[in-house]
Amino acid sequence: MDWNSLILLGVLATSLVASGVIFLLAESRLVLRTVVNLTAAVLKLVLVGWIVLGVYQAIEYEFRFTIIEGVDFILRADALGIMFVGLSSLLWLFTTIYAIGYLEKAPNRSRFFGFFSLCVASTVGIALAGNLFTFLLFYELLTLSTYPLVVHRGTRESLRAGQVYLYYTLGGGALLLFGVVALHVLIGDTEFVPGGSLAGLDPSLHPMLIIIFLMMVIGLGVKAALFPLHAWLPMAMVAPAPVSALLHAVAVVKAGAFGIARVVYDVFGIEFAQSLGLLMPLAVAASITIIYGSLRALAQTDLKKRLAFSTVSQVSYIVLGISLFGPIGAVGGLMHLLHQGLMKITLFFCAGNYAETLGVHKISELDGVGERMPATSVVFTLGAFGMIGIPPMAGFISKWYLGVGALEAQMNWVLGVLILSSLLNAAYFLPILYRIWFRKRDRLWCEGKVLGRFETQASLLFPTLLTAAFALAAGILAGMPFSPLYWAELIVGREYLQ
Amino acid sequence: MSGAISGYLVFAWSGVLLFGLGLFGFIVHRHLLRRLLAFNIMGSGSFLVLVGLAQDGRGVDHVPHAMVITGIVVAVASTALALVVFRRWYRASGRTDLPEDT
Amino acid sequence: MIGLWSVPLLFALPLSLGILSLLVVPKWRPRLIFLGLPLLAAASLDVLAGLATVGPTVYRLGDWAAPLGINLVVDGLAVGMILMTTLVTSLCALYAWVYLRDHPSSTTFFWPLLWFLWAGMNGIWLAEDIFNLYVGLEVMGLAAVGMVALRATPQALAAAMRYLLAALLGSLAYLLGVALLYGAYGTLSMAGLQEAATNNATTQVALALIILGLLLKTALFPLHAWLPPAHGGALTPVSALLSALVIKASFYILMRLWLVLGPEVTPEFTAQFLGVLGAGAVFYGGWMAWRQHHLKQLVAYSTVAQIGYLFLFFPLVTNTGPEAARLAWDGTLMMLIAHALAKAALFLSAGNLILAVGSPQISHLVGISRFRPMSLFSFGLAGVSLMGLPPSGGFTGKWLLLHSAILSGQWWWLIVLFLGGLLSAAYIFKVFRMSFREGPQIDRSVTPPLTLDVTALILASVAILIGLTAHLPLHWLRMGSVFGVG
Repeated sequence: MDWNSLILLGVLATSLVASGVIFLLAESRLVLRTVVNLTAAVLKLVLVGWIVLGVYQAIEYEFRFTIIEGVDFILRADALGIMFVGLSSLLWLFTTIYAIGYLEKAPNRSRFFGFFSLCVASTVGIALAGNLFTFLLFYELLTLSTYPLVVHRGTRESLRAGQVYLYYTLGGGALLLFGVVALHVLIGDTEFVPGGSLAGLDPSLHPMLIIIFLMMVIGLGVKAALFPLHAWLPMAMVAPAPVSALLHAVAVVKAGAFGIARVVYDVFGIEFAQSLGLLMPLAVAASITIIYGSLRALAQTDLKKRLAFSTVSQVSYIVLGISLFGPIGAVGGLMHLLHQGLMKITLFFCAGNYAETLGVHKISELDGVGERMPATSVVFTLGAFGMIGIPPMAGFISKWYLGVGALEAQMNWVLGVLILSSLLNAAYFLPILYRIWFRKRDRLWCEGKVLGRFETQASLLFPTLLTAAFALAAGILAGMPFSPLYWAELIVGREYLQ
Repeated sequence: MSGAISGYLVFAWSGVLLFGLGLFGFIVHRHLLRRLLAFNIMGSGSFLVLVGLAQDGRGVDHVPHAMVITGIVVAVASTALALVVFRRWYRASGRTDLPEDT
Repeated sequence: MIGLWSVPLLFALPLSLGILSLLVVPKWRPRLIFLGLPLLAAASLDVLAGLATVGPTVYRLGDWAAPLGINLVVDGLAVGMILMTTLVTSLCALYAWVYLRDHPSSTTFFWPLLWFLWAGMNGIWLAEDIFNLYVGLEVMGLAAVGMVALRATPQALAAAMRYLLAALLGSLAYLLGVALLYGAYGTLSMAGLQEAATNNATTQVALALIILGLLLKTALFPLHAWLPPAHGGALTPVSALLSALVIKASFYILMRLWLVLGPEVTPEFTAQFLGVLGAGAVFYGGWMAWRQHHLKQLVAYSTVAQIGYLFLFFPLVTNTGPEAARLAWDGTLMMLIAHALAKAALFLSAGNLILAVGSPQISHLVGISRFRPMSLFSFGLAGVSLMGLPPSGGFTGKWLLLHSAILSGQWWWLIVLFLGGLLSAAYIFKVFRMSFREGPQIDRSVTPPLTLDVTALILASVAILIGLTAHLPLHWLRMGSVFGVG
């Protein structure tokens, strides 16, 4: 056991240990809990940074032990996995700070932060999983640890949302399990290797492989909120804002999209998947979801719900990029994994700020809010521009690469989807911006809280500003080393073109 | 020779008959004491089968004897326990049968 | 013969302790566990060490030759069951030591019965011949009935009576089958039967009687009616012991006999039929568990459901090829052990929750997650294993069974595992849902003593951990079986 394998365990352990400690802490130990939370988050970020540098220099990180004969538990850091780890550990830090502020004086904080850390541990496990078995293990753990967060408020509505969430995710998990076991019967332990490991199988098995692919994509599509498996996501918005921000905009849906990327690239192999004719249906499903999500977002009056449907739509960009046969589309999809995460978490933080500071939940209540909370509103505007894809925001770069990728893959109709979706994005974001900046305030906000020197609590404002800065940098500095674009190209160069 | 064979079959068949009678009683009766008696008859039946079948002309086989003695001890113990539970049940509920046992 | 001298201690010790505990004054009875538990743990570990050094053997008690002497089989399966029994019973005994302080009238007989139960179970795990299995079944069964009756309420007595009648009927069917087999082949040992038995009417009738008797004792659907009142109504540590271990004993005999006789002398559909009954149990038990309003009744019906998974063993191991059969063996044993640990943990933590809110109703658990997180956490961990979600023993077992089902082309069992998992999620989360609901803001619940929470938590954690290190126990369990290497 060398340092390189222990460091992977360390990344996992930071949040697992934090979770255990926090569960044991009494509700009143506010300071200690905060210290544990932040220490773990910073420590994880440092470890991840170390690994990022290592992976960049093509150092191998692997940890494994045997669970049952022929099935290993494998953690491995490759370029794709570490990208997801990087995203979640960076955003974990910001969201933890945000959540500490957001949940000030709320009940059940030990439980909340315990499960919150457990969620992050599962996400990290998903990202670092080196084979399908390990992936599945953490994928189900993510379901279990998010349930208590969805029902956190304990109201009738949130309990119902939790139930729906469980139905969807447990059903999806079971389908995924079947797919994984079936592959296991065919080829043994299914490790993730660039180019996949199924291409050599006998052609008579191909129909079976197609069924397996379908089961796995449906199982993963539940978490990725692919239409028609998305209904849990808007309902889950009853959870506290930090949960919506990190888990539903980033961790859970990304786990699904990331899983699809793994299955397509590292289990089936992109060329083999293309030869089986699996990519086209995936692209169609993603396109339908993109349009459908945008249309539904248009109809929402609640800010968080609109953002949720926007997530449904935006996550499918990633899936779309994966299903475009060609490196440029792949870069677009993978890059969007980071871009969408940064932009959407910013938007959710803003929604949380509005709700927490002014008690504003409905879009119609946002009139003139730009004057009262300028910083939050500027940041929200930037996020919305990114989502629409206005240059030079990050979203524009994703869409550009997706479009070029579609032309390269000779799927010109995808361009139409992209354009239509951008128009719809504009249609549901611009009216909000109009209300924020150009309408006069027409109601009293309930401002009971002591907010300190800024327009809202510092612990709410600064994480928002920071994520926004990262999102902005991802777009403007896309040409620099270690930007999402740069990293996505690294992944595609290493794994796609094998 | 034939007498010996039919003899052991007679024992075995009576054992089966007793077992069947006991089972019948066990199923039709509601009164717990009757069911307990029926159980004892079933037990005797199976002991008879055990001893009867083993006498196949090779002389005395002592293994079934050992088994039947053990079996009788077990049956006595079970009956005793059943009686204790039955008495307590009767005192607690005033019933001689089990509820919703129709 | 290192280690093997402690084999007879495994039932001699609990028997002597049982008698001793009847002789001492009641105040001293609970304290005997501090003598007994370390001794039995040491004996179990010693037998494991013996298995590791000399490999699977047959131990002749008092060096007498069979059939009058008693042969004990010391193979991986037997030792695995012994270790499982030692772990679960010890923790349940510690739990009972604290729990029964509030039930002074029950302590008089709980402790002697516990030791006899333990002796009976260890006798079953070790017995090599079908008559000693009968004796073991009876010792265990009578002790179990006595334990159900301890509560002495009319409901408990009725449940005990019902349980006793079912157990006696099962034993007699089993005994008649034994008599027929002995009459036909003149041997009682499993090895002897495997050699001698041929496919004829006598063997078939005998085996049918034995299987029926054991199904009744295992409470396989539709012969399960006695189980929920007995397991759900007993004192909490008793419920845990019965659900975790006692029903496993009759299944264990069935499993061993099947591998010796089953496929050769039963009609082909038998294995499938047992599997179908198992599927029925999974669906019916899961459905009924979901409909319960009492927490312990829910857990008891969950046992009915989980027994069903074990019976998938028969169709998956019969005529399916060596690889699928080995996976079925591994998967069933993993399921069995995981269920033993998880179900004991579930009953114990359910008992803690009931103590905390002072009511057996699930609806009274509103908001309990805020005030008694530790009890709920054990319940949750155990629930994870029962739902077959990773990482847990239940998941590893399910994985192996799925693998076996696909490999043998029996896809219909996949549906059972799929729906069964969702049903168990439905009833486990029914409890969680209630506990997360926001209720009164004041903590009115009682804090259960720490020992109660800790024992439940240990059992639940082991149920989780065993899934992550499954290849070790599975390797041991295969020793000396047809699937073994050494």
